[in-house]
Amino acid sequence: MKQSKVEFFRKYGILLVLVAMWVILLCVSPTFRTVNNAVNILRQVSVNGILAIAMTFVIMTGGIDLTVGSLVAVAGVIGGSIIVANPGNWILGIAAALIVCALFGAMNGFFVAFLDVPAFVATLAGQTIARGFAYVYSDGKPYTMASKTFSAIGKGMTPIIIFLIIFVLCHILLSMTKFGRYIYATGGNSKAAAASGIRVRQVLMKVYVMAGLLSGIAGIVLAARTNSGQPAVGTGFETDAIAAAVIGGTSMTGGIGTIPGTLVGILIIGTLNNGLNLLNVSSYWQQIIKGIIILGAVCFDISSKKLSK
Amino acid sequence: MEQYRLEVKNLHKRFPGVYAVKGVSFSIAPGEVHALVGENGAGKSTLMKMITGEYIPDEGEVYHNGALVKAKSVADSQKNGIAMIHQELAPLPDMTISENIFLGQEIMKGKFLNHREMDRRTAEILKEYGMEFDPRTKVRKLSVAQIQMLEIIKAVRRNADVIIMDEPTSSLADEETKKLFEIIADLKAKQVAIIYISHRLEEILKITDRITVLRDGEYIKTVPASGVTQGELIEMMVGRTLDNRYPKEEVPVGRPVFEVRNLCRKGVFEDISFTVKAGEILGFCGLVGAGRSEIMNAIFGLDKLDSGQIFVDGREIKVKGPQDAIANKIAMVSEDRKIYGLVLNRSIKENISLPNLAEHHKSLFINKAKEVREVKEYEAALNIKCANIDVAAGTLSGGNQQKVVLAKWLLSQPKVLILDEPTRGIDVGAKFEIYKMMGELAKKGMAIIMISSELPEVMGMSDRILCVSGGKITGEYNRGDILSGKVTQESLLHSALQEV
Repeated sequence: MKQSKVEFFRKYGILLVLVAMWVILLCVSPTFRTVNNAVNILRQVSVNGILAIAMTFVIMTGGIDLTVGSLVAVAGVIGGSIIVANPGNWILGIAAALIVCALFGAMNGFFVAFLDVPAFVATLAGQTIARGFAYVYSDGKPYTMASKTFSAIGKGMTPIIIFLIIFVLCHILLSMTKFGRYIYATGGNSKAAAASGIRVRQVLMKVYVMAGLLSGIAGIVLAARTNSGQPAVGTGFETDAIAAAVIGGTSMTGGIGTIPGTLVGILIIGTLNNGLNLLNVSSYWQQIIKGIIILGAVCFDISSKKLSK
Repeated sequence: MEQYRLEVKNLHKRFPGVYAVKGVSFSIAPGEVHALVGENGAGKSTLMKMITGEYIPDEGEVYHNGALVKAKSVADSQKNGIAMIHQELAPLPDMTISENIFLGQEIMKGKFLNHREMDRRTAEILKEYGMEFDPRTKVRKLSVAQIQMLEIIKAVRRNADVIIMDEPTSSLADEETKKLFEIIADLKAKQVAIIYISHRLEEILKITDRITVLRDGEYIKTVPASGVTQGELIEMMVGRTLDNRYPKEEVPVGRPVFEVRNLCRKGVFEDISFTVKAGEILGFCGLVGAGRSEIMNAIFGLDKLDSGQIFVDGREIKVKGPQDAIANKIAMVSEDRKIYGLVLNRSIKENISLPNLAEHHKSLFINKAKEVREVKEYEAALNIKCANIDVAAGTLSGGNQQKVVLAKWLLSQPKVLILDEPTRGIDVGAKFEIYKMMGELAKKGMAIIMISSELPEVMGMSDRILCVSGGKITGEYNRGDILSGKVTQESLLHSALQEV
C-alpha cells in the first residue's frame, strides 16, 4: 500500500505540480478560466514544445543540443527567402528549410558520434555557426512574407495540431519501436549497448539529425506565426527546451526520460509564463520565479525518486 | 591478559524494510587474520560500514584496543587506526604514487610541498614492499594488484592496526594473490589485525586464523580455520549442504561447432587456434593480462583482429563488430558486467531483450506481448530474484545481475557461448546455479568457452583446458588428465607462468 503510493508520486509527481498550478490559477485569475487562454497557452508552447521533444531525444542519449535555437532562425531565413521570392512556392521553402536544418543536425551528429567530440562542445560550436549562417544568409535583414497559405501554418489551431502530431509520433517512436529502445540503451550505457550488437554511432547520428529536423519544423511554425523569417529569432530557446525535458524527468546522464514527461515539462513552463503575465508580475521577476519553480520541481522529483529506493 | 585489537559486541542495524545486521559479536586479536564469510546480502558490508563509521549502529558497541569507539565518520575511524581496502579501489589515477601515498600528510618545506623528500621516502617504501617503480609514476599506469598494494601501504603508513580487506583477490591472478598473502603474513607479524572478506573459501582456509560466518544478518558461528572444511563452511553459509561444488555433467561431445585459426592482434596475442565442439566446455586459464579476455573480445568484435579466421559450423564468418558475432550465434558474457553487460538504469526486461530485438521483432515495432513472454520464460529458468521484470537492473544483487546477463544471451539461442569470469564476485548459491546452467546448456549441444582465474573452477567445470601466457597458448589438458590427477593446479599454474 505504502509502496504503491510512493510509486505513484514517483511516476506522476511532476504532473501533480502542473495540476496544482492550474488549480491555483483557476481560482485567482478569471482570464485563466477562458478557453481562449487555454488555446493561447498551447499555441505558445507549440514551438518550444517541439524543441523540447528534440532536446529530450538528445539528452536521452547522454548528450545535449545547444543548436536548436539557432536552427529556428536558420529555418526562418531559408524558408523566408524562398517564399518572399516566390510566394506560391511555400512547399519548396519549407522543404529547403528542413533539409538545411537536418544537415546542421548531421554535422552535430558527425562530430559527436564519429569523432567523439563532447556533445556540449560540438553543439556549442554548431550554435554559433548556425546563428552566423542565418545572419550571413539574410545579410542581417528579416524576410517579410505575404503568403496567406504559409502563414496559416502559424494561425489558429494549426501549430497546436502540428505539435500534437509530433508529440504522438515521437512518443510512439520512443516507447514502442526498436529504435526507441536503442536510444535508451545507448544513453544508459553505450558500451553495453555496443556489446549487445547495437550500432551506437548510427543511433547517435540519427538522433542528432532528427533533432535538427524537429528544430527546423519549430522554426517554420514560428516564421509562419510572425509572417517573417528573422536571423535573430530563437536566441536562448535551448534553455526552455532543456528545462522542459529535465522537469519532465529526463536524466542529464542519459537513458531515462519520456516524451509525455517532456510534454508536462513544457506545459509547466507555458502555464508559468502565461499565469505570471495574467497576475501582472513584472517580466524581471518572472525570470527569477521561473528559475525557482524549475529548481523546486526538479528537487521534488528527485526526492520522490529517492523515497522509492 | 590478552587484549583484543577489535571487539564488536551485539551490533544491530535496521534500514527501512530491511533488518540488515541482527546482533553480531566477534573479536580479533593482534596479529590475527579473521575471515568474514556469508552469501551476498548476509550483512557483511553493513557490518564493516558500522566498524569504519560510515553507518552508526542502532545498538551495540565497537571496542578498539579495549577502548569504546564512537566513530561518526570514516575519517574518525581512520584516525583511530581502522582502515578499509575497498573492493572497488578509489585512488587518484592522475596523481603520482608518491602524491597518493602522502595525500593529506604532505611533507612541507616552509609553505611549499617538498616533492624531493616525499619521492625519496616513497622509493624506500616501495622497495620495502618489493615494488620496482619510480615514485613519480602515475597511478593510472599500475595494475589493480599494484593499486591494492598501494592502498595497503597507505593504510599501514597511517599506523592502522586494523585493516579490513573486502574481496582483495577478486581481480587478482594467482601470482599476484601470492604476493598479497606475503604482505598479509608480514602485517600479521607486525601485530596488525586483519578482517578478510572473501567468497573464495580455499584461500580463506589457507591464510586466516579464525572464520566468522554470517547468514541473513545473523551471527552463525566463529570457528578456527584449522578445524573446518569448505563443505562445512558452505553449509553454515547457506544453511544447507551443497554436496558437490562443481556440478559438472558428463556430456558426450559432438561435432566441432566453433573454430578459430591463427588469430593475431599485434602486441596482444598471436597465433591463437582452437576448436570447441558441441556440448564441450573449454576452459581458459592464465594470468590476468595474459591475453585471455583480449582474445575473446576480438572474437566477439569488441576489438579489432589483425589477422586470422573464425568459423561457426565450418563456415567462415567475418566479424566487424558485436552485431556480426551475434548474427552468427556467438554470445559473450563479458568480464565486467557493469561496463559491457548491463544498462544499469534500464529494466530487467529491456536488458534481456536488447540484443534480441533485431532478430525476434522483425517489424519497426516491438511486439510487447512476445517480449514479456520471452523475458519471463528466462527469468523463471534462471531463477532471477526480483520484484518484477520492470525494475532497474542496477537494483539487483551481483549474482542476480549476472543471471540477467546470462538470460539476455541465452534468449539469443547461441551456438557458441563465451563466459568471461562468469562467477566473479558472486556468492556460492548463485555460483552453483550458474554451473548447473552451464551443464544444461552443454547437454543441449552448445559450445561453451569459459575464462576463469579460479583454477578449481576451471578444473571442476571444463572438458578441456587451454593455458594462455603472454598472448600465446602454452598448454592443453583434457578432463581425463585432471580426473586421474595427472594435471594439478600446480601444473596449470606452471603453463600459465611459462615464459614465451
